[in-house]
Amino acid sequence: MLNLHKSKESHFDILSLSGEVDASNSVILDHAIKELVEEGAKVILVDGQNLEYISSAGLGVFMSYLEDFQDQGIRLVIFGLSPRVYEVFKILGLDQLIPIVEDKSTAIASENEV
Amino acid sequence: MKYDLNISCQTSALSELRAFLQGALAGFSLSDMEKHQVTLAVEEVCANLIIHSHGCNPQDHIQLRIKETGQKLIFEITDQGMAFNILEYEVPDLKKVMVEKRKGGLGIILVKKIMDEIEFESKNGINTCRLIKKFRS
Repeated sequence: MLNLHKSKESHFDILSLSGEVDASNSVILDHAIKELVEEGAKVILVDGQNLEYISSAGLGVFMSYLEDFQDQGIRLVIFGLSPRVYEVFKILGLDQLIPIVEDKSTAIASENEV
Repeated sequence: MKYDLNISCQTSALSELRAFLQGALAGFSLSDMEKHQVTLAVEEVCANLIIHSHGCNPQDHIQLRIKETGQKLIFEITDQGMAFNILEYEVPDLKKVMVEKRKGGLGIILVKKIMDEIEFESKNGINTCRLIKKFRS
């Protein structure tokens, strides 16, 4: 089960994920990110506080946007991951490609510095 | 102790697989982190089979058997689809995955990094993939 919620805080678009991302529902995550881009999002903060599980299908969704985001100047930051989920990003080395920070205030502070 | 599960080849069965693994792994001396990762690795192999070897045909099935032998936990995954030899699959470079926007391949990297040993055999139309995790204690 995966629930997504979109919200805005000043110029940040926050995408909150709750539940589990696997091959059965990763397309929902893909659509949500695509929508944010179409709506003109410049900084996307992914709230992973309630993300319990993510398989390669979900990780692949993030991966597939990284190059386009670089080209278009869109920033993606993930925050609030549990140690178990964060470890999965680390196993793949995704923590080297995507900024992953502890909480929302750190994410916002880091983006305000840019 | 042996644990067996038979799942239908559709991605909606993956949550059932995770629930089964959560129950089955409860009694083994693995850390929560290891249980989470082992669950992920088994799911990645099953998801690959469901999607690529069976084209998400719910009439097809995959069998999972969990066995404990000495210091090892063995996850034996069998199916009768197109054989996919995980050992022969060349793991892609992460940057290449990013540039080519290919969504496959990441799962296999995870399986190879998480598991201690992987075995594969295909005999009489039955493919068996064994994922082996050693107890650390």
